[in-house]
Amino acid sequence: MPELLLELFSEEIPARMQAKAADDLHRMVTDKLVAEGLVYEGAKAFATPRRLALTVHGIPARQPDLKEERRGPRVGGPEPAIQGFLKATGLSSISEAKIQSDKKGDFYIALIEKPGRPAIDVLADILPVIVRTFPWPKSMRWGERSAKPGSLSWVRPLHAITATFGLETEDPDVVKFAIDGIETGQTTYGHRFMAPAAISVRRFEDYDAKLLNAKVVLDAERRKDAILTDAKQLAFAQGFELVEDQNLLDEVAGLVEWPVVLMGSFDADFLSIPGEVIRATIRNNQKCFVVRDPKTGKLASKFILTANIEASDGGKAIVAGNERVIRARLSDAKFFYETDLKTRLEDRLPKFDSIIFHEKLGTQGERIKRIERLAAEIAPLVGADVEKTKRAARLAKADLLTEVVGEFPEVQGLMGKYYALAQREDAAVAAACEEHYKPQGPADRVPTDPVSVAVALADKMDTLVGFWAIDEKPTGSKDPFALRRAALGVIRLIAENALRLSILKLAKSAMSGLPKVAADGAKLPTDLLAFFADRLKVQLRDQGARHDLVDAVFALEGQDDLLMVVRRVEALGKFLDSDDGKNLLAGTKRASNILSIEEKKDKRTFDGAPNASLYRLDEEKALAKAIDQVKSEAGAAVAREDFAAAMSAMAKLRPPVDAFFDKVRVNDDDPKVRENRLRLLNEIRAATRAVADFSKIQD
Amino acid sequence: MDALPAHMRPERSFQGLILTLQRYWADYGCVILQPYDMEVGAGTFHPATTLRALGPKRWNAAYVQPSRRPKDGRYGENPNRLQHYYQFQVILKPSPPDIQQLYLKSLAAIGVDAAVHDIRFVEDDWESPTLGAWGLGWECWCDGMEVSQFTYFQQVAGVECAPVSGELTYGLERLAMYVQGVDRVYDLNFNGRDGDEKVTYGDVFLQAEQEYSRHNFEHSDTAMLFEQFRMAEEACRKYLAAGWREGSNRKEHLMALPAYDQCIKASHAFNLLDARGVISVTERQSYILRVRELAKACGEAWVHTEAGRAV
Repeated sequence: MPELLLELFSEEIPARMQAKAADDLHRMVTDKLVAEGLVYEGAKAFATPRRLALTVHGIPARQPDLKEERRGPRVGGPEPAIQGFLKATGLSSISEAKIQSDKKGDFYIALIEKPGRPAIDVLADILPVIVRTFPWPKSMRWGERSAKPGSLSWVRPLHAITATFGLETEDPDVVKFAIDGIETGQTTYGHRFMAPAAISVRRFEDYDAKLLNAKVVLDAERRKDAILTDAKQLAFAQGFELVEDQNLLDEVAGLVEWPVVLMGSFDADFLSIPGEVIRATIRNNQKCFVVRDPKTGKLASKFILTANIEASDGGKAIVAGNERVIRARLSDAKFFYETDLKTRLEDRLPKFDSIIFHEKLGTQGERIKRIERLAAEIAPLVGADVEKTKRAARLAKADLLTEVVGEFPEVQGLMGKYYALAQREDAAVAAACEEHYKPQGPADRVPTDPVSVAVALADKMDTLVGFWAIDEKPTGSKDPFALRRAALGVIRLIAENALRLSILKLAKSAMSGLPKVAADGAKLPTDLLAFFADRLKVQLRDQGARHDLVDAVFALEGQDDLLMVVRRVEALGKFLDSDDGKNLLAGTKRASNILSIEEKKDKRTFDGAPNASLYRLDEEKALAKAIDQVKSEAGAAVAREDFAAAMSAMAKLRPPVDAFFDKVRVNDDDPKVRENRLRLLNEIRAATRAVADFSKIQD
Repeated sequence: MDALPAHMRPERSFQGLILTLQRYWADYGCVILQPYDMEVGAGTFHPATTLRALGPKRWNAAYVQPSRRPKDGRYGENPNRLQHYYQFQVILKPSPPDIQQLYLKSLAAIGVDAAVHDIRFVEDDWESPTLGAWGLGWECWCDGMEVSQFTYFQQVAGVECAPVSGELTYGLERLAMYVQGVDRVYDLNFNGRDGDEKVTYGDVFLQAEQEYSRHNFEHSDTAMLFEQFRMAEEACRKYLAAGWREGSNRKEHLMALPAYDQCIKASHAFNLLDARGVISVTERQSYILRVRELAKACGEAWVHTEAGRAV
C-alpha cells in the first residue's frame, strides 16, 4: 500500500520544541487520516534543528465508498417537504427514491452513494490545514508576505515542503498544495555547511539514506545515542567518566544535525570553585558536558562539546574557541564565588529590607523575620535546637543576594550551604540553608535533620498562609506561587518524619505575623486545612492509594494532625481490603441509607440512646451489646493512636450487624419499636465514626 | 573584494572589522548610517531601527551604534564586560528569504570560515520591555561564543510589524576578540598597526571605562537624573501632543522623531539611576512601564508620518 513522506524544512527550530513538534505532527496527520476513513499501518515522525518529517505507510490508495440511506417525508407528504428532501439528497426526482413501509406508514428513502476520494487528494486537503494550525508554543511571521494579514505563522521561517505519496514500486506523486507561496515538491537540502545542495527525494527510504549521505542524522534518538557513546568513550579514553545529563543530551541533540563530539580542557585552578557551579556554568551557558574522576567522584578539568560539523582541521579551532569561552565563563564564576566569600551571610541581610517579596506581603526582610519566629516555635515540636534553628532561618535566604546565585538561580540553597560552611557555621545550620527548600516535588528527598525540618516547615507555612491571606490561591491549572508544591512539601515533611503538629495552630501562628489578612481571615486556617486535605488526596491517588478515605477521615471533627490523618487512612485502607471491612462498610452504609430515608420521612433525627426495654429480638440485643463493646474498645484504641487495633475492634461489629439486617425488620408496626430500632442503627453509624465517616467512603 | 592591506584586515584590526562589515552591507544595498547622536542602551534604540521597523516601506540600513549599559561597567577590570561598547546593527525590511545566508556570508567576509568553525543558531527570543517590542530568532554561536543576535521583529513600540524586519546585531568587541584571538577586550588591536604605531582598545577606552564606572556606580547626580527623567517624559508627551496636524483628528503627525529623542533620554536616565541602585524592585517595573508608554506613543505617532505610513 502507498506511503506518505512529509518534510517541513525551515530555519533553526528551538531545541526544546522539537520532540513535541514531531509528536504533534504525527498525531495531527494520523488522526485526520483515520477521520477520513484512511486507516494506515504505521507512522513515525522526526525532528532535527531544520526539519520536521513524517512517514506514514500502509495508507489505502482511496477512501472507502460510503453508502448511506436517508429517510425522507411520508409518501404523499406536503410538496415543500419533498422538494427539501430532493435538494438535501441530490436526487433529481422523487421517483429515484425507494419507498419503505413501517408501522407508521410509507416513507421515501434515498440511497446516497458517496464514492471514496483518492487518498492523495484527501492529503492535499488536510495537510495545509495542519500546517496552518500547527500548535507551536510561539510562532512568527516573516518576509514580504508578513505585510498582509493572514500570512503563515511558523516557528521560524518555513522554506520548503516535501510531500510525496505512492507505492514502493513506483515513482511517487507529489501531494500538491501551496501555503503562502511555498509549493510542495520533492526537494530538500542537506547539512547547512557540509552538504547544502538540493536533494531530490522520493519516499522515506531514500529520503533517510540521502540525508545521512548529506550529513544529516534524521532521528533524534540516533543523534543522542551517538553523542552519548562518543562522549563516554572520549572520557573513558582519558581515564574519566562522563557526568551524564539527560536534559542536556536532549537539548544538544536538538542543536545539531551531524553530531561531532570533542573534548576540551580548562585550567585546573578553576576546580577550587564548587563542582555544581562549574557544571552549571559549563552546562547552562555552553551546553557542554563535564567529566569526573571515577575514583574520587570529583570533577576533572575537562569538558565535552558537541559540534555540528566535521571541521577540516579536525576540530582544533572549535575546541580552542570553546576553551576560550569556557575560560572566560569560569573566570567570571570564580570571581563571583570569591567575591561572595568576602561578605558574611548575615551582613547581606539588611539589603532584604528594601527588596519587596510581594507587594501585599511586605519585604523579604520582613518575611525572613516571620520565618525565623515561626521556625523557633516549631523547633521544640520537632526536636530541633531553638538557637540553631533561628540562626538557620535567619541565614537561609542570604545566598539569594550572592553573585553566584544571581548568575545561576538553580544553585540557590546549595551556595548558602557552601558559604555557611566557609564562615564556620554549625553543620546543621549550613545544611538547613540548602535543605529548607526541600522537598521541591514528589520525587525530591525530604530533609530529616530537625533544624532543616523546622526551617523548611516555617518557610512553606509562611508562603501558604501569606498567599492565602491575600487571596492568591491556586485556581485550576494556575499556581504561580507554587502553593500546591509547598503544601505537598509540608505533608511529606510531617508524614515522613512522623511529626505531631497541628496545622490549624501553625496556620494561626503564621497569620499573626502578616502585614495584611483578607477580610475573612477567621476562616483562613480551616480553608487552608481543606487545601491540605486536597493535596493529601492527590498524593495518595498518585501513589495508587484510596483517596476517598481522606474525605472519610477529614469529615471527623478537629482532624488537623496530618500524621494521624495519614495513619488513620492507612489503617482504614487495610481494614477495607479485608472481608470484615467490606461487609461492615456495606452494613454501615445500609444503616445510613435506611436512616436517611426515615429521617426524611419523619423530618427528624433518631439520635439519643436506644431503650433496652424495647428490644424485642435477640439480634437487637446482641447488636446493642456489640456496639457498646466496640465503642469502648475502638475508643480506647484510638485514644492510644493504635488505629489497627481500632479497626480490629470494629470488625467485631460485622456479625451482629449482618444478623440484625438478616432477621430484624426496622420499620416495625409498633412506632416505639421502630424508633428504637432506628436509634440502634444510628448507634452503628456513631460507633464507626470513632475511626472515620463511613458514609464518605466510595464503594 | 579587493585585497586589503594588512592593517585593514578584520583579523588584525578592530576598525578593519567594522569597515569590512560596513562594506559588505553597503554592497548588499544597505544605507550605511552613522551612530545616533544620543546615549542609547543598544543599536535597536536608533530611530533607524525602532521607528523605521514600523510601517510598510522598504528599509535596509546598517550602522555602528555605541551602546551604553551603565550597570555593566567593571572599572576596566573585567576582560569582557564594558559599560560602553559597539554594536553593529543591520535592519532589513522586509526580511529577505536568504537572510541567514547573507549573515553567514558576512561572517565569511570577516574571516570566519564555516569549514573550520562551528556556527550555530541557538534559540533566543528577544524582548525589550522598555521598547514594547518582541521578536523571535537566535543568538548566533561561533565555537560556543555568542557573536550576534538575529531577530525577526514581530512587534515594535507596541505596533505589529507589517512587514516583519530582520535585525542582525553583531557584538563587535566579542567578534573582534574572536577573530583576533584575544582574551581581554583591552588587548584588541584597534588600528591594525604594529609596534609603536599600534593602538589598542585599552588605549582608547580603558580610562573611559574606569571613569564612567566611578560615575555610574558612585557619583552620578541622582537628583538631577530623576529630574531629567521627569522632564524628558513630560517633553515627550508635550511634543507628541503638539505634533498632530490639525489638532484632534490624529491623521498626520509632524514631530515623531523629536518626541522619540525624549523617550531615549528618559530611558538612559533610568539606566543610570538603576546602576546607582536607587530604584527599588517595584519602582523599577513602573519606570520601565513609563518608558514603554512613551515608546508606544512615539510608534503610534510614527505610523502617521511620511516615512511611517502606508504609501
